[in-house]
Amino acid sequence: MKRAMTHPQEASISSGGSARGGVSRRIRWRAILESRASAWIVPLSIVAIWQAACALELTPSTLLPSPLAVIDAAWRLTLTGELPRNLGVSFLRAIGGLAIGGAIGFIFGLANGVSKISEVLADSTLQMARNIPHLALIPLVILWLGIDEEAKLFLVSIGVFFPIYVNTLHGVRSVDPQLVEMARSYGMPSRELFRQVVLPGALPSIFVGLRYALGVMWLTLIVAETIAAQSGLGYMAMQAREFMQVDVVVLSILIYALLGKLADSVARVLERVCLSWHPAFQRERGGAS
Amino acid sequence: MTIVETAVDARLAPGVSVRARNLDKSYGAKRVLSGLDLDVPAGQFLAIVGRSGCGKSTLLRLVAGLDEKTRGGVSFGESAASHARDIVRVMFQEPRLLPWARVLANVEVGLGERRGGADGREQALEALRSVGLEDRAKDWPSTLSGGQKQRVAFARALVSRPRLLAFDEPLGALDALTRVEMQRLLETAWLRDGFTALLVTHDVAEAVALADRIVIIENGAISRDIAVDLPRPRRRGAVEVAELEEQILDYLLGDAAGR
Repeated sequence: MKRAMTHPQEASISSGGSARGGVSRRIRWRAILESRASAWIVPLSIVAIWQAACALELTPSTLLPSPLAVIDAAWRLTLTGELPRNLGVSFLRAIGGLAIGGAIGFIFGLANGVSKISEVLADSTLQMARNIPHLALIPLVILWLGIDEEAKLFLVSIGVFFPIYVNTLHGVRSVDPQLVEMARSYGMPSRELFRQVVLPGALPSIFVGLRYALGVMWLTLIVAETIAAQSGLGYMAMQAREFMQVDVVVLSILIYALLGKLADSVARVLERVCLSWHPAFQRERGGAS
Repeated sequence: MTIVETAVDARLAPGVSVRARNLDKSYGAKRVLSGLDLDVPAGQFLAIVGRSGCGKSTLLRLVAGLDEKTRGGVSFGESAASHARDIVRVMFQEPRLLPWARVLANVEVGLGERRGGADGREQALEALRSVGLEDRAKDWPSTLSGGQKQRVAFARALVSRPRLLAFDEPLGALDALTRVEMQRLLETAWLRDGFTALLVTHDVAEAVALADRIVIIENGAISRDIAVDLPRPRRRGAVEVAELEEQILDYLLGDAAGR
């Protein structure tokens, strides 16, 4: 807006069309760079450089397959059904673990945030357990549960439990006490108070926990599948290593990256829907009035 | 919400008398209120003024049941058993709107158990209309100005059909024009609905403009009790209004000089 208004002035001072063209070209570039699609410029350039390096045989193809070879591997494994099957298995494990661990963490977070007794009984124990790296439990989990589904579900659940627990607890605790006092003075019963004041107030913090948990979820799953599994993406990558199928190994890694991005995008959409009242999200939509 | 409608239900009869006896409140070693007695007849508009830290807000919080008293008692009307929560509504210095609820939903908080009832929404809209914000019903509170937020809070208090409405300096943070506008709104609602009003303020002009009676609190007790017998609506700058305001200010300031 401002830029457009200074236009005629600039043109009259410089008395030439070239300066004017330069400014508008700069604006056009800016518009392109600020658009959403430009987030893909960097990753796509990396892939392009990678392809060029492989085509020019700058890298040995036995160690780093070209992007086209990876796509070829994806197509091949899709046809045999191996990729969709392993992808599905991993996805179910991730979601299952997130649902179980997330739900337990959420409930503990709410309970300890609302009830003093619950907090005294549970919080210090949980804070101690939080400092154990959950991946250190792998040997024990294999001994207890073998390498079946339970083992993976257990590890992912433990992994996502803590970020959700800690952030839910923090969210409930940081609900504005003035709002709680207002609601009580209007005689709001506890159930309504929770539904209308405490939970919405804690939600922004809970979302922070969820997004953090998503990262932990993939990390845990990949490690667990790489070490002890008979199916899943991690297993597929380890099998491929045995047979020196570098393209499949690289394919698995790329799929992790895409899945991670996908999970984050889903969380963002949820956030935008649930927190549409938040001034930060209203500005993004450009409708403050 | 019309007068006829409220009069139909005897249980919701507007205006309740307040009786506070020998009220004591201490925070640790600091004694904020000591042996305070106060009687407010039903439907009276009482202003409580005093220097900051004199205990006027504490008195309001005790009457509203927001804080526990150290000693003494507060009762409403004839029945001693009734609880402050069912009778008193408070307008705080801050609007205290739920940021995640639309303006209308915020007003509906005041409906309490009547929320979700057949005409609950209609009553909330009516209250919003009475403060002139009907067209903002679907907006988020964060898009309103400070004065508009306070008007929504006022609509929320009105829709709860208060028998005693306590104001804890609700206009303190507003600009001069919005203040005058809010004062008029407040007076109109009080005249229409007939609730008992308790206004805590440090603005003497505001107290003189609105109240039937002004009490001055000093050292945790009532030091002056002044009946304001001026016709309404009171014009700002009218001679009697200005004289009374001057008199109270002199008292408050003279007292400070003497100490």
